[in-house]
Amino acid sequence: MAALVSLLAGVLVATGIYLLLARSLLRQIIGLSLLSHAANVVILLAAGLRGGVPVIGASKGTMTDPLPQALILTAIVISFGVTAFLLALGYRMHLFGGEEDRDGS
Amino acid sequence: MVARLLEALPALPIVVPHLAAILLLLRPGRRVRRTLGLASCLGSLAVSVTLVLLLRGGRVMPIQAGGWAAPFGITIVADMLGALMVLIASLIALVGLVFTVASGRDDRFVHAGWQFLLAGINWAFLTGDLFNLYVAYEVMLIASYFLLTHGTTRHQAREAFGYVAINLIASMFFLFGVALIYSAAGTLNIAHLVERIPQAPALPVRAGAYMLLTAFGIKAAIFPLYFWLPHAYAIPPGGTAAFFGGMLTKVGVYSLFRVFTLVFPSGGPDPLLLWCAAGTMLFGVLGALAQEEVRRILSFHIISQVGYMIMGLALASQIGVAGGIFYILHHIVVKAGLILAGGAIEETHGTGRLDRLGGVARTNGVLATVFVICALSLAGVPPFSGFFAKLLLIRAGLEAGQPGIVAVSIVVSILTLMSMLKIYAAVFWGPGEPKRAPARLVIPAALLAAITVAVGLRAQVLSSLASTAAGHLTTRTTYVNAVMKR
Repeated sequence: MAALVSLLAGVLVATGIYLLLARSLLRQIIGLSLLSHAANVVILLAAGLRGGVPVIGASKGTMTDPLPQALILTAIVISFGVTAFLLALGYRMHLFGGEEDRDGS
Repeated sequence: MVARLLEALPALPIVVPHLAAILLLLRPGRRVRRTLGLASCLGSLAVSVTLVLLLRGGRVMPIQAGGWAAPFGITIVADMLGALMVLIASLIALVGLVFTVASGRDDRFVHAGWQFLLAGINWAFLTGDLFNLYVAYEVMLIASYFLLTHGTTRHQAREAFGYVAINLIASMFFLFGVALIYSAAGTLNIAHLVERIPQAPALPVRAGAYMLLTAFGIKAAIFPLYFWLPHAYAIPPGGTAAFFGGMLTKVGVYSLFRVFTLVFPSGGPDPLLLWCAAGTMLFGVLGALAQEEVRRILSFHIISQVGYMIMGLALASQIGVAGGIFYILHHIVVKAGLILAGGAIEETHGTGRLDRLGGVARTNGVLATVFVICALSLAGVPPFSGFFAKLLLIRAGLEAGQPGIVAVSIVVSILTLMSMLKIYAAVFWGPGEPKRAPARLVIPAALLAAITVAVGLRAQVLSSLASTAAGHLTTRTTYVNAVMKR
């Protein structure tokens, strides 16, 4: 299971970087948000995927570590905010120029 | 009662600017806005001065948020390093805001963004938890994205997009590092990590350490991760650029100092960091020599100067780390002073290009003096603060038996002086029809120039404070015992 989830994180990073290298602004933004999803999956892995019960009512030793879930929740909120900002920035660049290419002029 | 209030003091530099930022979003009038913004910076400054005075004896003040004992809750810790950094951040925020107000570029969004940025920076300096540091970074970065893109042209928006993207990638590395370290050590509280890292499995810890090095390295703009900086820092107007150029990279440098002394001590000169330091110094200053615009030259110097700070960290001795901390504090003052002096010229003449400016010294004697003082201090000429900062580092380098890095640092000092002379000769001397910069734009930079002179004349005071701060990082037990309540 852990190997499969690690692979998933790797695929997310690879896809994210591939999209980030595209010229289209929207693809770059999606790529960046995929990268932050990869980070969340890695945090989930860090806790160990033991499939234990939730922390409330669990006896010692059988529960799942609740901390990574709290970390991921925080990271999701942050990446949501940043993605929203990026989309707004992209929209503004669209209003400025019409085409959304990000070349180095 | 007073004792309880004093205990809560380390939280105030985070809480006050946050509250001010929220109030500023409620559309107050211009007068209220300016008063509120400046008052919040002043308040943060006053609290940090009190903190430095309280902690002078070597005390460490932790707060356990919500009463959850460490390592289970979120810990806010004020030690000497954190307090000094909050002090300098509040000072630069104040001076930069005065400049922004003086140049009339302050709408309510700028004021609110400014306070959120200060809150995030102070938070990063005072947190005692690795994940909380990430959150502080993001608060700071979102505010910086906003200030960078506010009122930009199309081309600037593109440059800003690059800045946001590179910081998001750095954040991803940060989270990877946090996850690896958590999986190995089972904690993210910095004091608790100090105790648990030696027993943790070595491989994930090392991988996590390199992830964090990459993340902080991107934010601190160390070699070879500095490429984004000159583009981003050429965008905003003078006051904002001074705040950015002074503080933002230094938050990355601070994190490197915090994590790579306390959590991952190297126990001796670290070859990887020494190479990074040498590369950062050298390539930064060479980049600066190739530029033809005041702001771009100064931006490349930010990179080059970060190399000196990393040199202090890489030497890993108490005097080396103390020299690095001294250098950070000195550099922030001087660099913000230079950017504000450059900003005053840009605001008056509408350009910062060397070939379009000239003769500014004829009508702006005070501004020229301010610029010269800051430039000489940056290059490390006595009696200004930069001389003592470099002296400490060079002594630490020789004591650690690293003559190579010392040689690089001296050569880079000379090149720094050369490129400062280039700005001075092109902008302040020569032909041209210069306008006179209004006094209100010169005063902020003059204040910072006065500080570098004062620090230079009383170097002992700051160097003993920096030494106390370095002591907490290199000996570690005071910090750990204070946080873990032993």
